[in-house]
Amino acid sequence: MIHLLPQLLVGIFISAAASLLGVFAILKRMSLVGDALTHVALPGIALAIFLKINPFIGALVFLFIATVGIWLLEYRSTLSIETIVGVFFTASLALGALFIPELDLLEALFGDISKITYTDTAISVFLSLILIAVLLAIHKRLALHMVSQELAYSIGIRSKQLEFVYLLLFALGVALGIKFIGALLMGALIITPAAAAKNIARSLNGFMALSVISGILSAISGVYFSNLYHYPSGPIFILSGTAIFILSIIWRGIFRK
Amino acid sequence: MNASKEPILRVKDLAVKFNKEKILDGLNFEINEGEVLAVIGPNGAGKTTLFKALLGVQPHEGEIKWRKDLRIGYIPQRMEIETDIPLTVLEFLRLRGTKNFSEEKAKEAVKSVLLKEEILDSGLGEISVGQRQRILIAWSLLGKPQVLLFDEPTASIDIQGQESIYQLLHHLQDKFNLTIILISHDLNVVYKYAEKVLCLNREMVCFGLPQEILSPIQMQKLYGGEHAFYHHLEKHQH
Repeated sequence: MIHLLPQLLVGIFISAAASLLGVFAILKRMSLVGDALTHVALPGIALAIFLKINPFIGALVFLFIATVGIWLLEYRSTLSIETIVGVFFTASLALGALFIPELDLLEALFGDISKITYTDTAISVFLSLILIAVLLAIHKRLALHMVSQELAYSIGIRSKQLEFVYLLLFALGVALGIKFIGALLMGALIITPAAAAKNIARSLNGFMALSVISGILSAISGVYFSNLYHYPSGPIFILSGTAIFILSIIWRGIFRK
Repeated sequence: MNASKEPILRVKDLAVKFNKEKILDGLNFEINEGEVLAVIGPNGAGKTTLFKALLGVQPHEGEIKWRKDLRIGYIPQRMEIETDIPLTVLEFLRLRGTKNFSEEKAKEAVKSVLLKEEILDSGLGEISVGQRQRILIAWSLLGKPQVLLFDEPTASIDIQGQESIYQLLHHLQDKFNLTIILISHDLNVVYKYAEKVLCLNREMVCFGLPQEILSPIQMQKLYGGEHAFYHHLEKHQH
């Protein structure tokens, strides 16, 4: 079991951070934008492989640029943000598919946690903790902004800055998750645990706690079963998360009408 | 009326433009402490834009001068939230980030808008629209405001609910010596509760006492043509 420790640590911390991000993505009803944003990592990974640097850095830089782009467009453009994101971010998936060497493509798309180094583990855990800490520090303002921008305005919350910080955290979360789960499945790492939690939770605190718990459970089962049966961990993670989601729907059907 | 020497708000030549289109133009009015000012006008007249400008989140030309160090509470027209949003009323009040917030203070705030404290445990999306309106008032009371900006909901609250909201506002006004600026769609409300009226149709159509201003001619100028509001007026005058 000890050889699983780095994978477990990375899986648990990254998915805790991602599922916490998901809570606010769902409150803002921006799951689709988030999902498409994850694809932007691919051309970054392609470039990083070409330049022989860490793919995480390539992904992070591209996500950062896309994030700033979204943020600017939201305030400057009259085009719907869904349209822009839908077109350009799917295009980046295509770019990634063309330029990432075939051997690495599967890993970039679906993730592979089994080859993770100790340095990568330490960096991932550290950055996940920072992400969680910042998110917890701003969570009240963020939730208020997502419930009513007008109310947030009225007590002097600067929405633009807040949204920017959230998008940056989102970009960081996606870049972290790529290793674990791949660019194609990353959207689900963020959304699925939060979607399940929302079916059960009645309070914001409950929502956040259940989302994190559900994310961590999916991560543990993803790592465990992928090692047992030698499957990649990403797809198993998603399937575990989906199973939890289905259970949450049943719960909802029984206890909440 | 307990008007003090200096008006609590003075607006001079206020104008707001989106691109090149004028949303508001040539607004001049003032309001004294403890007064109720009703803002009326048709849809798209710029009422909400005026509120945003007053709150300082809308770039504008001209002058908006509040008395120094005022605390302003804002009650928006509506919140677009899902009925199953995982957020309790207590949590929602906590989101305001009021200093020294406690459950006791939340209970007090809820009681001051005449709701039972059990509502704190309900989901914000589960309670009725009228209750949510009161919670929004409680939310802004937490900030101990001296001025309330109240954007009346256009629909979705029944007439009795609406009436009791105004009674509540009136009661709070007396209790806390609030100055209230409200956007209203109901001229009866304006008659009953407002000391001053501002009629808006992008430009300022009128400003003054309700009795002087709410004449059929002014209303025609404001809303154009025959308008259902006449019926309200006629009823009231009988």
